[in-house]
Amino acid sequence: MKTEELLIAGFGGQGVLSMGKILAYAGVMQGKEVVWMPSYGPEMRGGTANVTVILSDEQIDSPVLMKFDTVIVLNQQSLDKFEQAVKPGGRLFYDSNGLQNFPTRNDINIYHIPATAKAAELGTTKVFNIMVLGGYLKIVPIVNVENVEKGLYKSLPERAHKLIPLNIEALHNGASIVEVIQEV
Amino acid sequence: MAEEIQLLKGNEAIAEAAIRCGADAYFGYPITPQSEIIEYLAQEDPYNKRTGMVVLQAESEVAAINMVYGAASTGKKAMTSSSSPGMSLKQEGISYLAGAELPCLIVNVARGGPGLGTIQPSQADYFQTVKGGGHGDYNMIVLAPYTVQEQYDFVKLGFDLAFKYSNPVMILSDGAIGQMMEKVTLSAQVPRETKDYGWNVLGKSENRERRYITSLYLQSEVMEQKNLKIQAKYAEIRKNEIRYEEIQTDDADYILVAYGISARIARKVIRLARAEGIKVGMLRPITLWPFPSARLKELAPKVQGMLTVEMSAGQMIEDVRLAVEGAVPVKHYGRMGGIIASPTEVFINFKKLFNIA
Amino acid sequence: MAVDIEQYKKDLLAQGAEVVFSKTKNLTDTPFSYCGGCGHGVAHRLIMEVIEEMGITADTIGVAPVGCAVIAYEFWNIDAVQAAHGRATAVATGIKRTNPEKFVFSYQGDGDLAAIGTAETVHTCNRGENIAIFFINNGIYGMTGGQMAPTSLIGMRSSTAPYGRQHDVHGYPLSLTNLLAELPGTYYVTRQAVETAAHVRTCKKAIRQAFENQKLNKGVSLVEIVTNCNSGWKMTAPQANKWMKENMFPQYPLGDIKVPKTE
Repeated sequence: MKTEELLIAGFGGQGVLSMGKILAYAGVMQGKEVVWMPSYGPEMRGGTANVTVILSDEQIDSPVLMKFDTVIVLNQQSLDKFEQAVKPGGRLFYDSNGLQNFPTRNDINIYHIPATAKAAELGTTKVFNIMVLGGYLKIVPIVNVENVEKGLYKSLPERAHKLIPLNIEALHNGASIVEVIQEV
Repeated sequence: MAEEIQLLKGNEAIAEAAIRCGADAYFGYPITPQSEIIEYLAQEDPYNKRTGMVVLQAESEVAAINMVYGAASTGKKAMTSSSSPGMSLKQEGISYLAGAELPCLIVNVARGGPGLGTIQPSQADYFQTVKGGGHGDYNMIVLAPYTVQEQYDFVKLGFDLAFKYSNPVMILSDGAIGQMMEKVTLSAQVPRETKDYGWNVLGKSENRERRYITSLYLQSEVMEQKNLKIQAKYAEIRKNEIRYEEIQTDDADYILVAYGISARIARKVIRLARAEGIKVGMLRPITLWPFPSARLKELAPKVQGMLTVEMSAGQMIEDVRLAVEGAVPVKHYGRMGGIIASPTEVFINFKKLFNIA
Repeated sequence: MAVDIEQYKKDLLAQGAEVVFSKTKNLTDTPFSYCGGCGHGVAHRLIMEVIEEMGITADTIGVAPVGCAVIAYEFWNIDAVQAAHGRATAVATGIKRTNPEKFVFSYQGDGDLAAIGTAETVHTCNRGENIAIFFINNGIYGMTGGQMAPTSLIGMRSSTAPYGRQHDVHGYPLSLTNLLAELPGTYYVTRQAVETAAHVRTCKKAIRQAFENQKLNKGVSLVEIVTNCNSGWKMTAPQANKWMKENMFPQYPLGDIKVPKTE
C-alpha cells in the first residue's frame, strides 16, 4: 500500500487526535512519510474534533483533502458530515454507540467497531480510541502492531509507559470485534 | 550523534529548533494558532534547563517585541512569535528593530483577518510582511516554510541571516503548517554564545568608545545617509539571499506560484494536471523578500500563464505581475477566511481561469 | 569659532585656578540640549556620577526614552539603547533578563512612563524586574511643545488643555508612582527633586540606593524626580521652581514611598 489518506472524526474528548497521533508515530517507526493535521480551535472543547492522517511511502503533497481512502466516525454528527468524504471503493468505520442513522452508501466498504460497548464491558473506557485503532488496523494493516507499540513508547511520557501493555491489549481487542457490514 | 527523527507539530518544531540552535531568549504573548511555541519552551522554564535560554510571557505583543529589541541590543539571539492580530501590534517594534539594524527572529503563524478574524490558517499577511508593515522604508528577510522540517530549519537559517545582515528576519508560516505534525530530522545542540560584534551594548569599558543603539537621526541629511546605508544592505540581500524551489518548470506550459501551505496544495495540483496531460509546474518562493522576480521574468516567455495560489484576496500576485512585466497573464485563485482550498478545487478553477477544457 | 575647552582649562590652571568640581567621565562633552533651569541635566549628572563612583560603568546599560531625554545617549558616556515611546522598561527587561549580571536602568518622562508606557511600566514593576527606573515628572510634554501630561495638575494650562486641565474632561493627575509602590514587585520607591542643593544631595543618595539594590535581586527600584519645565510652563526658571514648590510638591509629595524593610 503506497498511501493511506485517513480522516478520524468524533467528539472532543474521545481521543480522536491522540489516536491519529499514535498512528502517525507508528508510521514514523515503520519508515513512512506521515502528516497529522488536526482541526483546531473552539470545536476542540467538547464539540467535534477531527484529524487527517496521511501515511505514505512517498513525499506527501497536500495535507488538505476533500476525499479520503478511509474515514472513521465516532458520533452521529461526524457520520452525517463525512460519509460522503469516502472515496468510491474506500472504507468507512463507525461505532454504533449513540447512532440513530446508519451509513447508506453502497459504493464503499463499511465496518462496525463496537468499541464503546466492549470498552465498557472490560472497564477500559480510557483506551476506547485504541480499540478503534485496533479494529481499523485489522482491516487496513498499514502499520504493524510492533510499530504501534514503539510509537507509543516514543510518544508517551515515561510516567505513562506502564499503561502501554493495556493499550496493546486494547489494540488486539479492537481487532477481534471489528465486523464487516458491507464490502464492495 | 545519530540522526534524530521526531514527529513534531510545526509550532513545536519552531520551539525545539530555537533551543537547539542556541537561541538566548524568547519573549511572546499567547495567541492561537501558535501558542504551542511558548508552551513548549515554557516546559523548559524557568531559564530553559537545556541551554539557559530565557523564556518570558510578556504582558502584550508590544512589550514582547520590545523585550526582543532590548535583548538584541546586547547581541543576544532573541525571538518572538505571534499570529496575525499580534503581528499588527508588533509592527512598531519591528520598524525600530529595522531602523536600529538589530538582528532578531520573528515568527508569524498567520490566521485569517481582518480584525479579530478567525483562528484558521491564512496568507493574508503577505502585504504586511513584505511591504513594510510598520512605518518607514525598511524590509525584513522573509522565509516561508512549507513543511514542518523547513519550519525547524528556518529558525537557524533565520538567526544566521539576521546576524549576517543585522536585520530582523521573519518566518511567515500559517496555522496549517503550525498545527500539523510531520517527521523532523533534528540537528545537534549548539551552545549559546554571545560575541562582541562591535555594535552591541555590553557595558562601556575604559578602552573603547561608548556604544548606543538608536534609530533616531534628527538631521535630515544624516537620516538620509542612514536610509541609504540600509538600502545598500537590502541591495546586497537581494543579490545574495533569494531562495526558491522549482518543480517541473522545465516543460511547463503553466506555472503555479505559491508558498507555505498553498505550495503543498499546488504540488498536488501539478499531479492532477499532469494526469490529464496539462503541463503544470510550480515556482515556490522560499524567501518572500527578497522575491524571486528575476527567475519569474525568465520563465514568463516560456509559459502560457501563471497562477498564484494564495489564501488571500490575492496579494503576492502583485509581485508576480511586477516581475513578469506583462509578458504573460497572471491570475489568482485562493480562499479567504481560513479556508484552505483543496487541490481539486484549485485545479478546477485553474482550468476555468485559463479556459482549459 | 569653537572654544577649545582643554586649552581654556589649562590657561585657567596656569593662572592659579583651583579645581573644585570635575565633570564625571560618564558624561560626554556634548552640551546638554535642555533648557536653562531644567532638571534633566542635573538628573543625568547624578546618575552618571553614581555609576562612576560605584565603578560599574563597564557593567551598566541605560535605556533612553522618547521625550526631552530622547537623545540622552548623546550625553551619557556609557552604553545605552534608545527605546520606542513608552517601551523603555520592556526594552530594559529584555536586556536584564538576558544579561542578569549587568546593571540596567531606564530613564523616562511622565508621558513615556505614565501614559503611553503604562502597561509596560506596571508589568515590569509587577514582575519585579531587577532594574532601576528613573522617572522625570514635570507635568507636561516638553519635547513636543507643551502638551498635557498624565501628571499635569488640575487647572494647568497646556497646548492641548488651553483652558486648563479639567478632571471631568481630561481625568485627574496620575500618581503612578504611588500605585506602583503597592505592587509586591517594587522594592524601593521614592520621590525626589533636584531644584535645591539639599534636594540634589538627597536625590543622589536615592539614585545610589537604586543601583545598589540591583545587587540584591529584590525587584524594581523606582526613583521619581519631580522637576520643573520652565519652557513648557511658560515661566522663568526661578518662577518655575517657585511654582513647582507651591503646586507640584503638594500633589506629588517628596520622600520615600516604599523602603526596604531592614532585616
